[in-house]
Amino acid sequence: MKKIVTRPDSMKDADMHYCAGCGHGIIHRLVCEVIDELKIKETTVAVAPVGCAVLAYDYWGFDTTEAAHGRTPSVATGIKRVLPDRLVFTYQGDGDLAAIGTAEIIHAGNRGENISVIFVNNGVYGMTGGQMAPTTLLGQSTMTTPGHRKASRDGFPIKITEMMAVLPGVVYLERTTVTSPKEVMKTKKAIRKIFDIQLAKKGFSMVEVLSPCPTYWGMSPIESMKRIENEVIKEYPLGIIKDTAAM
Amino acid sequence: MKKKYLCTGNEACGEGAMRAGCRFYAGYPITPQNELTAYMSVRMDEVGGTFIQAESEVSAINMVFGASVAGARAMTSSSSPGISLKQEGISYIAACELPVVIVNVMRGGPGLGNIMASQADYFQATKGGGHGDYHLIVLAPASVQEMFDFTYEAFALADKYRNPVMILADGTLGQMMEPLEFEENIPFSKGVSKPWALTGAKGRSAQHVKSLILGGKDETLEEHNLHLQEKYRKIIENEVRIETENVGGAEIILVAYGAMSRIGYSCVEAMREKGKKVGMMIPKTLWPFPYDEIRGIAEKNKHVKFLVVEMSSGQMVEDVRLAVQDDKRVFFYGRMGGGIPTEDAIAREILKIAK
Repeated sequence: MKKIVTRPDSMKDADMHYCAGCGHGIIHRLVCEVIDELKIKETTVAVAPVGCAVLAYDYWGFDTTEAAHGRTPSVATGIKRVLPDRLVFTYQGDGDLAAIGTAEIIHAGNRGENISVIFVNNGVYGMTGGQMAPTTLLGQSTMTTPGHRKASRDGFPIKITEMMAVLPGVVYLERTTVTSPKEVMKTKKAIRKIFDIQLAKKGFSMVEVLSPCPTYWGMSPIESMKRIENEVIKEYPLGIIKDTAAM
Repeated sequence: MKKKYLCTGNEACGEGAMRAGCRFYAGYPITPQNELTAYMSVRMDEVGGTFIQAESEVSAINMVFGASVAGARAMTSSSSPGISLKQEGISYIAACELPVVIVNVMRGGPGLGNIMASQADYFQATKGGGHGDYHLIVLAPASVQEMFDFTYEAFALADKYRNPVMILADGTLGQMMEPLEFEENIPFSKGVSKPWALTGAKGRSAQHVKSLILGGKDETLEEHNLHLQEKYRKIIENEVRIETENVGGAEIILVAYGAMSRIGYSCVEAMREKGKKVGMMIPKTLWPFPYDEIRGIAEKNKHVKFLVVEMSSGQMVEDVRLAVQDDKRVFFYGRMGGGIPTEDAIAREILKIAK
């Protein structure tokens, strides 16, 4: 029998702790597929965040460390400066990257660190039980926005990827999602792009992936995908936000 | 050939790091340690190492985490308020058992305090600082020469035990100039291989350096803690350092560390010239603390009294009390907020106790 689908070589054979319908499993796999395609499993060092993806190293078959909450880009900076010929990437959620680690991501970008960032935006703190994230939409109900997120009390959803675009050290920014096979393939292409950019020593690049959290959105996996398509992308439009990498 | 220099303690510390083989430094401006950061910015460029002026002390300590996890000798430095900011990172570094050197050139506190010399971070340095059960190896230099020597050795200790090492200095040590001497061709301080470093899984299986330990199939967090405590016991066994002067037959022993021990020593010498039986103990490691050495003297001589002098409200004195185990024989004199106990003031305290 011909095998047409298999687990990527750089992905461990392990049961995932993620909830049903979570986007992390898809995105983890895409990272591994790209690493296999580039044949860089033995020269990659990843930095896991604090958040749902903290256990990424249980699923990734390449060297991975774990940073304090939000300090992920600083740890990656240290690794990359010491090992400039390795592929170094961070994998961060919206709480890690756009709240507690705002300073670290902005300044890693501003220094033009030659690292890649995979930013998974699901608009909620999943690990701790579904609190408001910096990216939570106005009107969205969470554990700490009873009823819904109100701008007068909770501020606005932050568009950190657009904010990063003004930094000269940041050469590539793209926002994608995983709501359909087509969008999943676009996300994979974007991850490949930012890894290629790093391998060509072009500077800092980031992909923001809009990802579902059925558990804390309080809906089914299918409804969650529809919510991204119907509501989330209105606030966070998909596409290439910046490209000065000249690749 | 030994060469002689005249430089500040901050610069001596920086050169000690360079000579030890430190090739990664990240820091953030704060007085009174700015000369050290500036020195590293020049020297790292000269040798092709990495210097980063980070956006915060929080980021700097995490950059050092990354450099160390990748196998490099790495250092950060700051002064008291900045060291408070680094505590989160220090706890993670201790948990992940990363060899890192952290320099604290202490200033007056609490809060923003002032930029004068102080020893008020003793508790923070020796009793934890960040969250969780961990220890730093804490070295207390007392001269510009020791700023160099201790920093040079700190990297070897950090590697040997896979443990963060803190150089606990103060504003006077950082800023004052004294002669410094070292071998021109001094080799890097003793290193060890680092098979745990994350350099890419070439020729081996993938590995992880992390501090989240949920148990399951692998080690439990309690087991990890027991492993750390076992390592700390080894450090206590092997690395305690203290200098003693004229303790045999002394009626009073002055105990002080760092810059304070220099003033204390002048006072003790002057009093001995006048025939007073005064000795001196100068801890060089604050963790591990020389409990046994102090207790040994206290037990041998049941009448000897101890005067602890600090630039703080009295922090190391608690460890001296634990060592002596007779509070009636332990006295304290200190000043805070940039005040420095003078030779005369210490002499008055000694005479008071001697009565």
